[in-house]
Amino acid sequence: MDAAQLDAALWAFGRGTGVVALVALTLSVVLGIVTRSGRPLPGVPRFSITLLHRNLSLLACVFLVIHIVSLFFDSFAQLTPLDVVVPFFGDFLPFWQGLGTVAVDLLIAVMVTALLRNRIGLRAFRTVHWLAYATWPIALAHGIGNGTDGTSAWFLWVSALSVLLVLGAVGWRLSTRFVEFSGARTASPTGSQREVQPR
Amino acid sequence: MTETLHIDWTLCDGRGLCTELLPELLGRDEWGYPVARTSPAAERSDVPVPVALLAAARDAVALCPRQALRLDRC
Amino acid sequence: MTLTDCPPGGAPLGPPGDSRTPGIPLVSGAVGAPEGTARLFLAASTTLAAHRAAYGDLPTANADSLIDQLRLSSLDGRGGAAFPVWRKLASTREHSGRAKGRRPIVIANGSEGEPLSRKDMTLMTRAPHLVIDGLLLAAAAVGAPDLHLYVSARAADAARLALDERPDARHVTLVTAPDAFVAGEATAVANAIERGVSVPRDHVVHLSESGVRKRPTLVQNVETLAQLALIARFGADWFRSVGTSDEPGTRLVTVTGDVPAPQVLEVAGGTALVHLLAAAGAGPGELRAVLVGGYHGGWVPAEHVGAPFSKDGLRMFGAAPGAGVLMALAASSCGLAASALIADYLAAQTAGQCGPCVNGLPALAGVLRRLAGGAVDAALPAEIARLADLVTGRGSCSHPDGTARFVLSTLTAFADDVDAHLHGRCVVNP
Repeated sequence: MDAAQLDAALWAFGRGTGVVALVALTLSVVLGIVTRSGRPLPGVPRFSITLLHRNLSLLACVFLVIHIVSLFFDSFAQLTPLDVVVPFFGDFLPFWQGLGTVAVDLLIAVMVTALLRNRIGLRAFRTVHWLAYATWPIALAHGIGNGTDGTSAWFLWVSALSVLLVLGAVGWRLSTRFVEFSGARTASPTGSQREVQPR
Repeated sequence: MTETLHIDWTLCDGRGLCTELLPELLGRDEWGYPVARTSPAAERSDVPVPVALLAAARDAVALCPRQALRLDRC
Repeated sequence: MTLTDCPPGGAPLGPPGDSRTPGIPLVSGAVGAPEGTARLFLAASTTLAAHRAAYGDLPTANADSLIDQLRLSSLDGRGGAAFPVWRKLASTREHSGRAKGRRPIVIANGSEGEPLSRKDMTLMTRAPHLVIDGLLLAAAAVGAPDLHLYVSARAADAARLALDERPDARHVTLVTAPDAFVAGEATAVANAIERGVSVPRDHVVHLSESGVRKRPTLVQNVETLAQLALIARFGADWFRSVGTSDEPGTRLVTVTGDVPAPQVLEVAGGTALVHLLAAAGAGPGELRAVLVGGYHGGWVPAEHVGAPFSKDGLRMFGAAPGAGVLMALAASSCGLAASALIADYLAAQTAGQCGPCVNGLPALAGVLRRLAGGAVDAALPAEIARLADLVTGRGSCSHPDGTARFVLSTLTAFADDVDAHLHGRCVVNP
């Protein structure tokens, strides 16, 4: 394998892992909303949805790390360690790459607080976990704007499907019948104590 | 030394994970909140956990989306 | 029996009345121990000078001997739970330490969330210095540097005036409680001091071990502290010289409801309900029942008002002296209708934190309302019993338990009316 071939392989690897990370993140967001509703899925108990949500998020992170590391060696992207955390200073498409960096920063915050959930307390976890709703569209925009396949038909179809899934889930979440027992429960007299929260 | 599963009702939102993991111990009321199956009233917020169910109880504590559960020795 | 009018209007106190056993005079300073059942309202006015003239100076507290005297006196908490006072003090002292995070906190609780009760307000507006004495003595006994006086808005001015008069109480912080039923629950009091939010909170250990900011916290009702201040002066034997062996000393009772003259009384422990009602001008023949112990208490049918106002005497009715409340129900009133209104009130007073309470109490009150309203459905009493059992023991405070107990006592005390309603009639209004 000569240098050009290696370059092409790394590039394909970087693209592929990025797409997989995005798909995993999409499913994780949707399952996060499902688990927040308190409802099981057919054949999948509630705790399994929670575990699936967690494992898909971890999977997204693994693929994201490979995506980033492979682009360190890419001759086009020429990613530097600084670009991983500081957005909008890249050499190649600095704005779209910067969005990716922003998504990574947000995701680090969401993941670290999620892993430490039982230590840092519910309030801190919840506050940071709301960032997931910002992370996902930014990551998607990065994929469309920065990706080699970003504007190709198949990727746009995947993106459209993802958007529909997430918007559908968010719309469901905002509906009055979202929580499993919402029909049976009395609205809390102090309302504010039981505000909506992620997960 | 027995361990008890303490339910913090101010946090519990009746999401039902604990009742799936500990069906022998917890049922659900008509609003979705956990109900200790056999405990007398005094033990409904601190449910004694048989040794055989300790592992499941630990999972319930770790997975409770509201962090409303804890295991206490007493 | 000493009468004080309710609400207090500054009228002179009645003469000391029928003490059951003669008081044993002890001497503290130059002032003799009060005889009879008039003990808490002996000061001629609310000034510190009048207080000192009636009761003498604040005694120097020896922690061990005060706790010992409290144990011998059998004084129990007068806020409702009737927990032995000496044990709370001993536990608070045991869990305290010199480290900053272990210094205890003492809170006098005069929030009186029970809407029927007026005794704490009466005490704070008529004898505030006795309460402050008790607060200072309890704090000294457990070594607490932080003192709080937590009172309802209607007692706040009197408390402020009294505190301002005393150089020895400059470190007492006055906190005003919101007008809510559960605001006086002990963990809600701790929450109010710590976070300014008067709602109950989850706890796995007693407040005396871990309360406000995880420090040992002693929460005592204001009447309890006033009694403590007297025991510190005159001793356990004197305290027990009135009342019965299981209900020693005096206690404050609010007599209210369908009585000609609602009032707050200081009575010997174990006095029969009928005497308390008579003091408020009501004869047993005019009544259908008496709600004893407040909204978390139980109904005693009129034919049983000979029962003593004591734990043992009220147990069979599912009631207890609690915070010392008697609410009379006129013979012309439907017990179920009156109870349904109270259950509705209690359901609305949930703090909104615990699911079984938020959902269960309105459901419970709803079924009672249907029964009271004349719905002919034989399944209703069983449904009430099921819901009452379902909410019991499933909250961070005893609000669901107390509400369930009250509703169940309604079914027992008005069993004949339940039966009549299920046949489309009403015993009182046929």
